Parts: sequence; structure tokens; C-alpha cells
Amino acid sequence: MVNDIGQGRDNPSSQRMAASSGLDRNPAWAQALIYGVLATLTLICLYPMLNVLAISFSEAQAIYGNPMMVVPESFTLEAYKYIFSTRVLLNSFGITVFVTVFGTLLNLMFTITGAYALSKTQVPGHKLMLWMIVIPMLFGAGLIPMYILLKELHLLNTIWVLILPKLVAPFNMILMRNFFWSIPDGLEESARIDGAGELRIIWNVILPLSMPVIATVGLFYGVNHWNDFFTGLFFIKDNTKWPLQVVLRSIIIDFNMLNMGATTPQATGDMSRLVLQPENIKAAAIIFAVVPILCVYPFLQKYFVKGIMLGSVKG
Amino acid sequence: MNKTIGHSDRASRRRPLRKWAAEVKKARFIYLLFVPTCLYFLIFTYAPFYGITIAFKDYQVFKGIFESPWVGLEHFRTLFSSAKFPELLQNTVTISLYRILFGFPAPILFALLLNEVRAVWFKRSVQTITYFPHFLSWVVFGGIVFNFIGPNGIFNTVLEALGRDPVNLTTSVEHFRTLIVSSAIMKEFGWGAIIYLAALSGIDPQLYEAAKIDGAGKLRQIWHVTLPGMRSVMALLFVLSLAGILDAGFEQIYIFLNPAVMGPGDIIDTYVYRIGILGANYEIATAMGLFKGVVGMVFIITANSLIRRMGEKSLW
Repeated sequence: MVNDIGQGRDNPSSQRMAASSGLDRNPAWAQALIYGVLATLTLICLYPMLNVLAISFSEAQAIYGNPMMVVPESFTLEAYKYIFSTRVLLNSFGITVFVTVFGTLLNLMFTITGAYALSKTQVPGHKLMLWMIVIPMLFGAGLIPMYILLKELHLLNTIWVLILPKLVAPFNMILMRNFFWSIPDGLEESARIDGAGELRIIWNVILPLSMPVIATVGLFYGVNHWNDFFTGLFFIKDNTKWPLQVVLRSIIIDFNMLNMGATTPQATGDMSRLVLQPENIKAAAIIFAVVPILCVYPFLQKYFVKGIMLGSVKG
Repeated sequence: MNKTIGHSDRASRRRPLRKWAAEVKKARFIYLLFVPTCLYFLIFTYAPFYGITIAFKDYQVFKGIFESPWVGLEHFRTLFSSAKFPELLQNTVTISLYRILFGFPAPILFALLLNEVRAVWFKRSVQTITYFPHFLSWVVFGGIVFNFIGPNGIFNTVLEALGRDPVNLTTSVEHFRTLIVSSAIMKEFGWGAIIYLAALSGIDPQLYEAAKIDGAGKLRQIWHVTLPGMRSVMALLFVLSLAGILDAGFEQIYIFLNPAVMGPGDIIDTYVYRIGILGANYEIATAMGLFKGVVGMVFIITANSLIRRMGEKSLW
């Protein structure tokens, strides 16, 4: 160990190596400690999730026998069969898929057109247009005026309330505007000289160059729609129109399946009573909501990181 | 003489106007593209501003906002003199301050640790796993937390194994804030580190070289080079979190709230939802929302001018 410290300090070759990556290298014991702390933190994140996964596949006995498992001890799909037999959950899944896909498309259409307009700083009235989307980031009217507006527009208790009030997120629009703004004007000019119309320029010049930022912003919107909880909670009373997260809340937190159009666990016979428990039903519902996120996670990680970088280049 | 001056004056006044009109005409396509955005903001963010007047009116649903009579500051007087108000304010601010106190340094420390890792596979695995909870909703993550701390969960199993009595954290008044803050940190510390890692990768290696030549050890290098390299990001995020002090996080709190923990857990946003939407007491709820909105705006404008005066990159 003493030797290691010595190497870090005195050996000129190791010093040069450290210099290339900035900070000094740590002595071995400190490095081991750092790896240990990080591994522990990672396990703290991972363990509860694996535990839920294992419970969702387990029978009641196994859950109470070994609550700390990470691998299911007895494999059963009963909990999943049960949650898929509830009409409200599947129904809300359909609603949320529609809102996520169609809503994100509308989000992108509005955000791209608006951001492109805002990227043209020479246009008369540019400042006014910019302030129009900056003010909502500083001050909002609050929940109740919004509620009353949506009531007047007859949007309460409709699927559109999940889409229309959230068409544009100012932050995303500014992110995209900054990207458009950084595209050299020369590209547009040369297309214009070649006789391309304005729409053609956007479609054939701007959009192909902007795919990374469009993917990033699209994923921002998509994940927000998927995870949207309070729009449904605030503005939809009718539980057959609830989006996924609101239904999940009533399953996971309240364990309220009474109105869910499913046979209750007790009614499905002795066999499944031994299998089904609140624990594994809740766990299955959690996994059901996590799987779609997990499927797109590689893209999410890549493009969200990109988005953070874009955002931090120009505020 | 006078005539000519008057004439040229009028002409020069007209010329910019004509130039302006020409520019407007040239930009008509840009305006057309802005129309959908403009309509959206007019309807869904500016029209509700009119609804704020409810806070100053005796709102009667069948009469509508316009016809309802004005009552001045009556609702604010009722609100500020109620016993509930200081309680809500205290709960909200306390939770926010705890969040800042513990939640703000967490991603910074995590980024510093991650920065020491040389094995790429290890770094990438740690990032992939710790970023993931950020993408889950609070409903789902709350479900995972409840599974962890529930009566048959890992937490109580461990307590029992250690020979201690099980604790029901979900209904415990004294542990409510700890539960909120620690689960929020668990969800976001990984993701929060990204922006610091970006700042770290932007630090010029020559600065470290210079520090080493001056005889700085490892900790001094971190203190004098690494941390200053993250300073502008830290200032920005710190100021933003201070500006959001009346925003204690509705979504998370709502998931964790139950009658047993109403004492420490009822915040401004849960109150507005409860009395406004569930209780249809629109005036008080609007007044409360307006109070929160104005304080938030004042805080963010003050905060922005503060970081600008500190010489850091500001929001605008």
C-alpha cells in the first residue's frame, strides 16, 4: 500500500498518465473505497426493484417466507393474470398509449413550428414572441383558474384534457429553438437560391439536421405523458377515463380494486387464494408500468443526456 | 425652409414604417408558423390569468367569473388569518429546505466519486442503474418504496432480524420528512449528477497540471480546480431550488400522504387541491395559488439578479 502511494506521487510515468486525465490518481485503498461506495449505492437502487420483480412472480407463501428475495422462489403468473383481468387497468393502458403516441406527435408539431419561428431573430416582434413563452415559465395562474377554464371549455372528464393543456412545454421549445438558431443561415440561403420553398426548406434542410434534438424533445414529451399523474387526478373524475398512473395509484397505494371490473381474489377459488396477495398484485402492477419504460430506456438514457447537454450549453 | 424640414421629416418617418411593413410582409410565413403556438399560449396559459380575479370575488358558478361581485382582499384576510396558513407554510418550507440541505449536495458528491472511476464498464453500469429511477413516475417509485418499507418489506425484516420492533414508516409522523427526502434523493441523485459530470469533463486538464506544480495534493486539487469548475452549475441549480421553495413536490407528497401524516405532510399544493377541486372552495384555493405564484416569481427574479451579480451565468 505504501508502495502504491509512492507510485502515484513519485513515478514520473504514472504522473504523466494522471495528468492526461486531470486529477491525480488515488492510492489503492481510496480507490477501493470509492468503488465500494458506488457499488453500494447502485445496489441500494437496484435491490428494491429486483425485490418487486421477484415478488410479482411469487406465490403468497414464498413472499411471507422470504420477503427479501431477489429471485422468485416459486414461479407463478397468477398476479399478472389477475391484473390483466381487470378491465380498468387495461382500459387505462389503452388511454395512456393513445395519449403518449398522439399527444407526443401534436407536441412535436407545435414545438417544431413555434421553435422555428422563434429562431428567426430578425423578424419584427421577435422579442414579443419570445416573452410570450418565457412569462409562463416565471408565473403561472395556478390550479383553480386552469380548472375553471377547462370546465368552461368542456374539456373536464375527456381524454383531450390529457393532451391539449400540455401541447407546448416552454422549456422544450426553447431547447429546440436554440438548436435551430445554431444551424448556419447559409444552409437555408443556398436552398432558397436553389428555389426551395419555405416549407421545403424546413422539411428537407432543417428537420434532417435536427433529428437528435427532435428525438430528445419527443422523448421528454413521451415520458411526461406516460408518467403524467396529476392531470388525470385533477381533471378526470370518471374512473373509466383515468390514465394509467391514476389507476396504478389506486391499485398500488390504496389497493382499491373494487370497481375494477374484475373478480376479486377471494372469488377465484382456493387455489389462487394461496397464490394471490396484495403484495404480488401490487408488484405485478408496478412491473406492468415499468416494462414499457425499460424497453425504451437505452434511447431515453442516450437522448436525455444529450438534452441536458444541449440545455446547459445555452440557458 | 420650414416646409422642407417638415417634408423630409415626414418622409423619414414614413420610410422606416414602410421598411417595417416590408419586413413584416417578408416574415409572414414565420408568423404563420407561430400561430398555433400563439393560440396555445393565449388559451391555456394567458386566459387562466383572468381566472385569478376569482381570488378577489365572491365567485358564483352560475353567474360566471365576470358577473360575480368583487369582494376586495377578503379572501386573503381569511386565508392569512386562518390557523391553517402558518402550518401549511411551515410544512412546505421545511420540506423544501430539507430537500435542499440533503438533496442538493448528493448528486455533487456522487459526480465527484464517479469522476474517480477509471474502469469504463463499472462507470457505465453504475450510471445505467442509478439513472433509471428518474424515469419512473412517483406512483410507481412510491410503490417500490412502500414495498420496501411495508409490514412484510425488506426494511422491517432487517429490523426484526436485528431484534428491534418493526416500524410502520408510512404512518409515522416523526419519520415522514425523512422518508420524503430520502426517497426523493434515492430517485434523483444519479440523474442529478449528469449536469455536474458534464461540467467536470469541461475542466481544462492544464489547470490540474498547474495545481500539481504548485504542490497541491489530491484534496486541494478538488477544492481549487474541480469544485470551482462546477461552480456556475451549482450556483444556477442552487438558486433554482431556492426559487422553488414553495414547491415541495406535489406528486411525491400526494403519494405518501395519508390521514396519519397530515400534520407534517400537508403542503400548499395538497391543500389547494383538497379545498379547491375536491371541496369546490374556489376563492380561497385561488388566493393560495396566487400567493404561491407571486412568491415564486419574486424569488426567481431575485435569484436570477443575484447570480448575475455574483458574475455567474444567469437564466436570462
